[in-house]
Amino acid sequence: MKDRFNLYRFASPATFYPLAGALIPWFVAVSVVFGLAGLWLGMLVAPTDFQQGEGYRIIFIHVPASWMSMFIYLVMAGWAAIGLAFNTRLSGMMAQALAPTGALMAFLSLWTGALWGKPMWGAWWVWDARLTSELILLFLYIGYMALTAAIDDVKRADKAGGLLLLVGVVNIPIIYFSVKWWNTLHQGSSVNLTKSSMAETMLWGMLLMAMCFWMYAIAVALMRVRTIMLERERHTDWVKAELAGGEK
Amino acid sequence: MSPQSSAATSNWPCDVRPTSSRHCFFVIVVSLFPLGIGPEPDLLRKLAPGVLWVAALLATMLSLPRMFADDHRDGTLEQLALAPHPLGLVVTGKVIAHWLVSGLPLALIAPVLGIQFDLSADALIVLTGAILLGTPALSGIGAIGAALTLGLRGGGVLLSLLVLPLYIPVLIFGAGAVDATVSGLGERATCHCSPHLPLPHLASPPGHRPPP
Repeated sequence: MKDRFNLYRFASPATFYPLAGALIPWFVAVSVVFGLAGLWLGMLVAPTDFQQGEGYRIIFIHVPASWMSMFIYLVMAGWAAIGLAFNTRLSGMMAQALAPTGALMAFLSLWTGALWGKPMWGAWWVWDARLTSELILLFLYIGYMALTAAIDDVKRADKAGGLLLLVGVVNIPIIYFSVKWWNTLHQGSSVNLTKSSMAETMLWGMLLMAMCFWMYAIAVALMRVRTIMLERERHTDWVKAELAGGEK
Repeated sequence: MSPQSSAATSNWPCDVRPTSSRHCFFVIVVSLFPLGIGPEPDLLRKLAPGVLWVAALLATMLSLPRMFADDHRDGTLEQLALAPHPLGLVVTGKVIAHWLVSGLPLALIAPVLGIQFDLSADALIVLTGAILLGTPALSGIGAIGAALTLGLRGGGVLLSLLVLPLYIPVLIFGAGAVDATVSGLGERATCHCSPHLPLPHLASPPGHRPPP
């Protein structure tokens, strides 16, 4: 019972702001540690792939970025659902704070995928189901950011953005499967994405990098949400006190 | 009179006016493609499903900003929201009205344009059926976008950014059904999926109160 009380206490921006500030260095540190370990394992320890040579090592950026791009969208939709159901202020801010990181991850995933695809498949881009749905995910992120940026009233921005996120979540499986069926109807199996079974070190390197990206995403989102809080709550006493304290 | 049908009929006068221009847009865009690509019938037959469907999406999208805008401006929307009828039902009425003046005429024009692309009779029937089945989903998804961007600056461009990615499944199944008929695979390959598409979207109209 005490734990629940504590959790609810942090739903208020005034109490969450210092908590986020205290947590950020930890997440940054953990992210750096995981990143160094992952890069060491991925770049130095993992064996060279017998088919793809050294070029495959971009997987250690590509796969974590793709995972995070999808995961962040789900987290945003979760915040949106909480915000719409319970009318909490913090959830809209969290969703908005996560959006640029999610878009960055989707973009990274597409970009590294293109760099990987050129030497391996001989093409920067193919209209494969995964590539296409990742591109659409990037469009959804951009749409969300554009919508929330276009609305001045923050309450309405949160609400509209939240609805869009939830509609997007319903649509993502539909889009994914439609793209997949469409692709198989046209192209057959000219592009085969199935990988050979991975060496254990490669898998561990990838998981470590995914943790690094995850912690990075949390750290950056917390930094961004702190700025959003200051901006939105600038008329309140605690923000004034915070800003006055910062100047001294 | 049910709230649904009254919302649908009250839309007629203000929705019918821009109708002709939005369908002229459809005809012109589709006619531009043979001019840009060249008149080879084989190529045109192959491109026709995609071109017709993309043009249908764009034509539908052009008309979306007006779905709630006029009612929002003169306060009708507030009255509708205050009315005792469930708001979802009223919005469904709006979606139906939008489809009647937007999607239905598109489905009637499409076979004529399909003839320009040398489509066979079978393909024309499937094309009309696919547009008839797909456009309600376009109106339904579009209603969400129109409600979210209501009264915003640059709402029209924003609307396209929000709505077009969500239109992709309709485009794929719609064009896929026609494409399968053209290439002789049989329309059943994709057609069985299409009727289900509008359902989730019609079931979730925006429960979004108009902004003050």
